[in-house]
Order: sequence, then structure tokens, then C-alpha cells
Amino acid sequence: MTEQPILTCEGLAKRYGRTEVLRGLDLSLPRGRIIGLLGPNGAGKTTLIKLICGLLTPDSGSISVAGHPVGPESKAVVSYLPERPFLGKWMTVRDGLDLFQDFYADFDRAKAEDMLARLGVDAGARLTALSKGTLEKVHLVLVMSRNAQLYVLDEPIGGVDPAARDFILSTILTNYNEEGSILISTHLIADVETVLDEVLFLRDGTIALHDTVDHIREERGVSVDELFREVFKC
Amino acid sequence: MPWRFQSDSPIYLQAAEVIRLRILTGEYPPGSHVPSVRELAQEAAVNPNTMQRALSLLEEQGLLYTQRTAGRTVTESEELIRCLRLKQARSYVTDCRQQLARLGFSPEEIQAMLRDWNAKAAPDGETDNDKKE
Repeated sequence: MTEQPILTCEGLAKRYGRTEVLRGLDLSLPRGRIIGLLGPNGAGKTTLIKLICGLLTPDSGSISVAGHPVGPESKAVVSYLPERPFLGKWMTVRDGLDLFQDFYADFDRAKAEDMLARLGVDAGARLTALSKGTLEKVHLVLVMSRNAQLYVLDEPIGGVDPAARDFILSTILTNYNEEGSILISTHLIADVETVLDEVLFLRDGTIALHDTVDHIREERGVSVDELFREVFKC
Repeated sequence: MPWRFQSDSPIYLQAAEVIRLRILTGEYPPGSHVPSVRELAQEAAVNPNTMQRALSLLEEQGLLYTQRTAGRTVTESEELIRCLRLKQARSYVTDCRQQLARLGFSPEEIQAMLRDWNAKAAPDGETDNDKKE
């Protein structure tokens, strides 16, 4: 296992027109961790994620993933779950499996099929016939079935029922490996808190806090959820 | 079922407490194997690193041992477990006294309650408690 960070951002800045979203953000994430990316709406969580995944280009600053600048090499080791479903409406579950197999050399199809079977999802089912919760689970199964080094999950548990949430969190816990890390953005802090090693609080386009969950609890005697409510009180 | 955690203390300490109680109650008997970090983390729905830290703490306290190939086992020392059981019992009784004192009972009254209610047959005592709750 290498000591090289899985993700490094230096002086990262991004603006949309006149709106500065990220202003000189510095960040280094270790391997083998599950990290929560927390912040109020509009703090820049999704922007940061899209920069990491190479879907946006920074105005200034640099990003490297497992030592690679953002590009084909970094994309090969990043598995990204967007906020919204991305598979075509015309697709069946099997089409989704085929797509991932075509696109990603590290996709473990047997693993994905096994997880879908345990969920009781029929590979022949049309995606439009699935409930919102099941559709999100199918997306997560695909994304987590890659043997990637950095999993980036944008709001994986928003908008699904508590039972589906438990499934999603347990899928995340069983599928991550010691070499890789998982970055999860969410508002539902109380639900993910026990699963996380570290949290990042994003505010005003920079990292306001980067600490481990247990250190926060030890030092301040409050949960991350409570601390968040305190820090971002309106 | 994921384990329930309080918000005011570190998760690893609370996870260690759950496992400690499993050892004290005999759910994990002396000398027996403890489930792996991964299995426990999965059961509790906590981060494996957190569970690892909880188990290390119990190792430091001498309750668990790591064997190179065989994973973790509970201490063979029944003496240690007996000792810790008594300590735990004392802390339950202290808790109980404090709660009763908060309800406004005097130390003498509490003493009498503990003595007399203990002496009663268990089923009776239980119904008493149930009614109060």
C-alpha cells in the first residue's frame, strides 16, 4: 500500500460567470477512507466533484488523482455516481451492465449481477419500470462494481426510503477496499455519520473543516450532525 | 440491525462497549472467536477503521487477543471477566441510585428499595418495573 494520497487539490478555483464557487481550495485525501463531503446547498460540493471527475475544468489550481492529473488516466481510476440517474430511459438493466462492461476495464460484471440478484432486480427489466429507489440502487451497484481507487458519490442516499438507505450504506461498506477511498457528498449527515472516517465541511468555496468523525466527537462532545447544524446555522 | 449510537461520544468507544458487554454476558464466551472486523463493521453499519479501533481498545484492556492466523479471540481469563462483570454491576447500581435520588428518594429509602425489591420473586419485580415505565 502506497502512502501517496488518493486525491490532491491545490489552489483550486472555479467561477460561473461572476459567481465564485471555489476559491483556492486545498485538499489532500488519504487512501482507504470513507470521507463525507458536507456543506449547505450551493457550497460547491457538486462543482468540486465534477472537477475531480473531469467534467469541468478549473479556472486555476490543480487536481491529481492517484498521482495522475485529471485526464484519461485519472478517469480510469475514478468511479463516479452523479446526483441524477444517467442511464438512458430506453435501457434495460442488462443494457446498463453492457454499457459499463464496454466502458470500464475494471468493471466486475459478476459482482454487479450478484448484487442485483440479491436485490431481486431482474436484468431484463426496463429502467423506466423501476421505482426511484430501485433505480438509484441499480446505479450504485454499477458504480460500486468497478475496481476503482476513488469512488465519488454525489448524494447517493437523497430521495430514497430508509430501508434503501441501509442497503446503499451497507453496499458502500462491503465494497470498498483498503487501497481506495470513497468520497460521499450528502445532506443526510446523521444517516452516514457512523460509516464515515473523515468529514470535509465546505463553506464559501474552501474547506472550513477537515477532521475525523471520532476526533470531532472526542474533542467537542457533539456528533458531526450537531456540529454541522451549529456551524451552518442560518 | 445497525447498532445505535449516542451523539456525544466517539463511535469507536461505543462500539467497544457493545462488544465488551457481549463478552461480559457470555455471548462471546472466554476463549471463543470474535467475528472479523469486516463482519462486525457490517453488522453495526460502521466504518471498518472505526471497528478496528474499537477492537484494538479491547485488546489493550486485555479482553481480546489477536492470534497471528486465527483472528481474534476472547481472553481465557475467567477471573478477569468475573472482575469486570462485578465492576459493571457496581456501575449499574450506582446509576440506579443516582436516578432514584433524582426522583427525590433519600439514601435510606433507596437502600430499602434495593434490599426489599431484590428480595421479591423476579416475575413480581418485573411487573412492578413494567408498570412504572
